[in-house]
Amino acid sequence: MRRQRTILLALVAILALAAATACGGESEDPTTTTAAPTTTAAPTTTAAPEPDFKVAVAYDLAGRGDGGFNDLAYNGAEQAAAELGLELTEVTAKAEDTDQDRSDRLRLLADSGHNPIIAVGFTYAGPVAEVAAEYPDVWFGIVDDGTVEAPNVAGLVFAEEEGSFLVGVVAALESETGHVGFIGGVNVPLIVKFEAGYIAGAKAVNPDIEITSTYLSQPPDFSGFNDPAKGKEAAKGMFDAGADIVYAAAGGSGGGLFEAATEGGYLAIGVDADQYHTAAPEVRDVIMTSMLKNVNVATHAFTTQVVDGSAQAGVNLFDLEAGGVGYSTSGGLIDHIVGEVDAYAEQIISGEIAVPATTG
Amino acid sequence: MMETRIERVLLQLIAPVVAIFFAALLAAAILHFTGADAGSVLGEVVAFGTTPASLVAVVNKATTFYLAGIAGAIGFRMLLFNIGIDGQYRLAVFFAAVVGASVSLPPVLHVTLIIVVAMAVGAGWAALAGYIKVTRGVSEVISTIMLNAVATGIIAYLLAPGRLAERAAGSNNIRTTPIPSSGWFPGFEVAGKEVFGFTLVAAALGIGFWILLNRTRFGFELRASGLSLRAAAVSGVNSKRMIFVTMVMSGAMAGLVGIPQLLGSSHQYGLDFPAGFGFTGLAIAILGRNHPLGVAFGALLWAWLERSSQILDLLGVSREIVTIMQATIVLSVVVAYEVVRRVNVRRQQKLVGRSEHVGIESGATA
Repeated sequence: MRRQRTILLALVAILALAAATACGGESEDPTTTTAAPTTTAAPTTTAAPEPDFKVAVAYDLAGRGDGGFNDLAYNGAEQAAAELGLELTEVTAKAEDTDQDRSDRLRLLADSGHNPIIAVGFTYAGPVAEVAAEYPDVWFGIVDDGTVEAPNVAGLVFAEEEGSFLVGVVAALESETGHVGFIGGVNVPLIVKFEAGYIAGAKAVNPDIEITSTYLSQPPDFSGFNDPAKGKEAAKGMFDAGADIVYAAAGGSGGGLFEAATEGGYLAIGVDADQYHTAAPEVRDVIMTSMLKNVNVATHAFTTQVVDGSAQAGVNLFDLEAGGVGYSTSGGLIDHIVGEVDAYAEQIISGEIAVPATTG
Repeated sequence: MMETRIERVLLQLIAPVVAIFFAALLAAAILHFTGADAGSVLGEVVAFGTTPASLVAVVNKATTFYLAGIAGAIGFRMLLFNIGIDGQYRLAVFFAAVVGASVSLPPVLHVTLIIVVAMAVGAGWAALAGYIKVTRGVSEVISTIMLNAVATGIIAYLLAPGRLAERAAGSNNIRTTPIPSSGWFPGFEVAGKEVFGFTLVAAALGIGFWILLNRTRFGFELRASGLSLRAAAVSGVNSKRMIFVTMVMSGAMAGLVGIPQLLGSSHQYGLDFPAGFGFTGLAIAILGRNHPLGVAFGALLWAWLERSSQILDLLGVSREIVTIMQATIVLSVVVAYEVVRRVNVRRQQKLVGRSEHVGIESGATA
């Protein structure tokens, strides 16, 4: 009997451990669980709202509160909804989700009268294709995927490599050791685009520059997008090895890079949002620039266009030329090289420089 | 005698019922304190969870959960914690997808081949952990957790364009080539929605597990070893062999976890393939007391909670409340089983005491 009880105890302990690791895998930020109102009421002051439109945003794994990608998607949609006086609903995802779960989630949104529906993340590609065919009158936007071909689906894709090229230029111009680093959140093609552009940009300035790259986790473990401790460790390793500037395309893990840079007196490059403004105040002085992936511009434009009837099906590319990607100058650390960086930007826009989207 | 048997079954059922009730109460309390109207939220959840479309989705989800639960239960019966179900099923379903896409065979053979590959890979991966446990005494908890990480690494390496996967233009997903339709497992329609055909196979496997446990010598040895490894060893059970074989069987079952999804819906393995079923399986095995029927019940309950939680986002309630509920159910079911067990022991002691007493008395009067 005693033995049974011991086993029972061990069982509970292990389960707790398993649950903890499983939660880690879901990369859920504690901030997402705070009871933010999920339905934003329409401000009553805006005039004559279109009664037929109700905006919905279906998030990717990391969800709201990641300080980047998902938050930006929300910001754009929320801004548009507020301007147009529309309701906004948000729904979240889990690691265990199957395509059927994702499809059903989209159907649920469509059935409850939502239009447009914005799916955040490429995992929604199949489900959007399936559900969009069932609801021809509803507009679907899908962020980071350009494969769905339907008259009511807009693929909102970004030229991440172009923006990353520019911050690579910044890193190479400002590095004193001739050694820079790249930290990717999860080793997926999307993040490889960031790395490829960054390397190309750095090499364009200094062909002999040394670049160290690492990824924090491998799929299907997406914890690398939300593990500041791991990010800090990786960044420390790079600084110790002689790098003096590190670029993190790793969602919430980037916070660890900023800490490591602050402690060691190095410099860091942020991603997605202008992280000089979104990072903790005590670390923001090391953020020389951020690669801007303006998901908010895309979701705002898409929502607005659906309402005024000008939405375009197919691939909506948000590149450097369209203002979909770019780099930030907040903090003033790179004011003296803006001219040089902008010169590269013009060459990319004019097509003189073709930025690769894959490494090797 | 008959009466006590019914009583015993009733006592067994009390534990999960109490646990679910307690969890629902806790969920209602949390809803109440976060300012939501608990009654109407739970009402909406139940209404949504009982639509035909929901019920079909629940059965499909439960099929996957059930296989993971049985894989966990096989190990638990032998006091083995197969934490590696997660790695085993991902590796298995990946290789099954690759092999399935690379051959062309007539329908039945094709599906059989894919299933055999999945079971073999799962069993092989678990066998590694079983082998180092019986030869080197390495705890299977540690080794299977590590093997999960290794499996992740192997898949990450092989799931790349130019190796065993491809990336469509404009897509950020990487996938293996799709399995041709001869390798699909046909489903059947219920209420206009497709139920995984593999659900029937899972049910058959559950029955097979029951027969194996209760009607074979191996099952007897397994149960004996699970109750007391030393006592079983003394009575002639080769415990090392038992540990190894159990681990392999658990792994083979784990290999099937991703199969309903692969053969019934996705037809290819990619970055969007669901992950994390292994841990859910362990929770469900505990919930179902490692009994084939209990696990089925646990899987359905779990799937129903997952499915019904989808509506919560639309009601403006955080979906994490379901995670809290699931955790509460598992914890309170463990506690409730223990309480019921003690009550049972005391009751039996009383019964035995009374009958002995009666026996002595009647003996004295004779």
